[in-house]
Amino acid sequence: MTTETVAREVRMKVWRGDASGGEFVEFAVPSDPGMVVLDVVHRIQATHAPDLAVRWNCKAGKCGSCSAEVNGHPKLMCMTRMNEFAPGEEIAVSPVKTFPVIKDLVTDVSFNYEKAKTVPPFKPKPKDPDGKRRMYQEDVERVQEFHKCIECFLCQDVCHVIRDHEENKQSFSGPRFFVRLAALEMHPLDTNERIDLIRAKHGLGFCNITKCCTEVCPEDIHITDNAIIPLKERVVTAHYDPIAWALRRMRGKKTEFAPPEAKPPSA
Amino acid sequence: MDPVTADAIERHEYDVVVIGAGGAGLRAAIEAHALGAKTAIVCKSLLGKAHTVMAEGGIAAALGNVWPEDSWKVHFRDTMRGGKLLNNWRMAQLHAQEAPDRVLELEDWGALFDRTKDGLILQRDFGGHRYARLAHVGDRTGLEMIRTLQDHAVANGIDVFMECTLRHLLSDGRQITGAIGYWRQSGKLIAFGAKAVVLATGGVGKAWKVTSNSWEYTGDGIAMALEAGADLIDMEMTQFHPTAMVWPLSVRGILVTEGVRGDGGTLKNSKGDRFMFKYIPEFFRADTADTEREADAWYEDKKNNRRTPDLLPRDEVARAINSEVKAGRGTEHGGVFLDIASRRPADYIRRRLPSMYHQFKELADVDITKEAMEVGPTLHYIMGGIRVDADTAAATVPGLYAAGEVAAGMHGANRLGGNSLSDLLVFGKRAGQAAAEYSRRTAAPRADDGQLSAYAQRFAAPFERGGGENPYAIHAELQETMQELVGIIRRRDELEEALARLERLRARAARAEVKGSRVYNPGWHLALDLENLIAVSEAVARSALVREESRGGHTREDFPKPDPVWGTKNVVTRKRDGKLTLTTEPIPPIPGELRALIGEDKPGDKAPTDAQPAVVGGKE
Repeated sequence: MTTETVAREVRMKVWRGDASGGEFVEFAVPSDPGMVVLDVVHRIQATHAPDLAVRWNCKAGKCGSCSAEVNGHPKLMCMTRMNEFAPGEEIAVSPVKTFPVIKDLVTDVSFNYEKAKTVPPFKPKPKDPDGKRRMYQEDVERVQEFHKCIECFLCQDVCHVIRDHEENKQSFSGPRFFVRLAALEMHPLDTNERIDLIRAKHGLGFCNITKCCTEVCPEDIHITDNAIIPLKERVVTAHYDPIAWALRRMRGKKTEFAPPEAKPPSA
Repeated sequence: MDPVTADAIERHEYDVVVIGAGGAGLRAAIEAHALGAKTAIVCKSLLGKAHTVMAEGGIAAALGNVWPEDSWKVHFRDTMRGGKLLNNWRMAQLHAQEAPDRVLELEDWGALFDRTKDGLILQRDFGGHRYARLAHVGDRTGLEMIRTLQDHAVANGIDVFMECTLRHLLSDGRQITGAIGYWRQSGKLIAFGAKAVVLATGGVGKAWKVTSNSWEYTGDGIAMALEAGADLIDMEMTQFHPTAMVWPLSVRGILVTEGVRGDGGTLKNSKGDRFMFKYIPEFFRADTADTEREADAWYEDKKNNRRTPDLLPRDEVARAINSEVKAGRGTEHGGVFLDIASRRPADYIRRRLPSMYHQFKELADVDITKEAMEVGPTLHYIMGGIRVDADTAAATVPGLYAAGEVAAGMHGANRLGGNSLSDLLVFGKRAGQAAAEYSRRTAAPRADDGQLSAYAQRFAAPFERGGGENPYAIHAELQETMQELVGIIRRRDELEEALARLERLRARAARAEVKGSRVYNPGWHLALDLENLIAVSEAVARSALVREESRGGHTREDFPKPDPVWGTKNVVTRKRDGKLTLTTEPIPPIPGELRALIGEDKPGDKAPTDAQPAVVGGKE
């Protein structure tokens, strides 16, 4: 059980502003035992700043709506306990940096929904002769890990390729979509063809495996090790393995070898 | 602020507009689109964040993968008995018959459920279901379902308007012609001309203080339908889920899946007693184990043992917990214990219930593999809602359809766990199909500029009227009122007091003042939502006053037993000339062959012997 027993006053700096600019504004509100950052933001909203913009839904780490940066760290506000901070420690909440600010803590995440439209969909193989589909737990488990993704987009926020390089957004989909693509590619029933696209359109090659995405994932998905690296291996096998390459040519599948226009970051 | 003229409102034309992007809305849109209707999905949050994402335990469907004895007939029986026979029998029948196909369809679209040893979809035990019936993915089934539907809708190119709140239905006096609302991001108004509108907006949990529901659950669809002249039924039927977190205070109300009990967890009071054995009602006695030994053996051997009383339907368990707490046998923080730690191995718990493990560890510093959870009831669901035709999901106003929690009838007086996700799929599909077919034989509606301008004024009012009331403060008082006076246990004087308070809150809400701009302004959004919350709360309180019996999710301290006469009636709410009118109408009689499936007995005594119904929840 939590060690806090009494209410205390907390000070929290919340970034307020819009696309044209903004600043941190400090608020002082009472904090009850067990509170999370999102509770404090709501209390500020109810008592001090009724137009303070913030996204949230489930308040239990299941929907991925309340992503923000707390003292510069990408977090779900609903899962960040106030007792993680020492009394008197500064707490500053700001919008995720990778996406354009709309207002206060709310950013324009439409980048992700546009990328989603470019993912070739699931295409299942035929059912078993008796009309059922059989898959074994050990075969679905690795894909189930990817299906845990709550689309909080914290991995997108922290990814160097797009965090500081707006110009890369065109040709790079980001870790969230590598997880999605890996889920489809490794789905035991899927038959769709995506490998060319993963390289040419989603920009897998830009990822230099710094694992920042894995570190911030609130669902503990091993994004780099279990999704990105196996995808990279598949791309390499398909494109640089001469036998695989020849087979692909013989089967007549088109492959785009045009290099992407954007450059990976120097980091 | 400048007045908005009709010309300045963004306009769109569709055959079918689906409001809401949870399971029902997405499934409806997929169906309407597949049938060739020009279809739009409009939702308040980002796509994929709707309430369905929070569903945990599973989707009920008689696939028969674990218990071949299961069939739609048994599922139908369980659903009707769980609903205390107040259900629309035809909906319960269609639901039980079609749920398996709807689940298998999700698999065709990429969903990955947990598997049996034979490679089929694994099914788990849940309250009120005779056999292990819930297709699931650990305890995050809703996430799997919404993402599968979301991806399928996107892959099919359906237009989605997200973070867009539709607030009023448009009508030409005879039929629905569209809807008007605003973009949350910009605050600009947007109107849809539509031949048919499908409401899939969910419930109204945000009227209560302790609730598992998110900010979105403000009763929009119910209020819009009421305003448009549609019938509501059985609005008094609210579900308090028995197990939610109770401590720390900031997480009070967050759901703890019934899957904990389905996977072997048991409820205990502060004396360590498994108290549910004391609360077995006559109606379920023949199906329920009366010794701990039989209850524990049932998990493995369902042929020779009866179901544990820990898995009685939710209304029974919620009342039992309420009674234990009132009797002084609760925990330090006003709940009871839910113990799976002493009953199942730690790795099993982590594998079966990963979200619960995570949730308690992160938010309450409790390791559920080592200690018991503290749990108590939370407002979770409303069985009542928009009256619909069973086969088509059509509301009583032409052009209007409703599916999912916003619709009524399917679950009667109490919903069984797992029957919600299947409800969304079965009736989402049916609503989408019927709306698409209706749109084919309907002319494109003409927008009424006068109507649009009038609504534009209403959207602007909170900025212009002054009045000085804080919308957040009004909302908090509404939640206190419903929690205290329209809770698990109700009585006449308290319901009347609730109605008086709701009138005062309505007057104050009309003076709710909003500061700032229209750009992403939650204070403004709430000021507009308050009207819906209060309107629907009034329908709940008035219906609760009318139904003078106790049945399912509606318990009257002053009428503590089910009444066979009330068991044949729906409470119908309509809005006429700006006022709510309530009547009772007979429920459709069940055909003989289906009646025989259910058994001839009727709901009897609810809570036997020593447990007196306690006074209203929230007063501890």
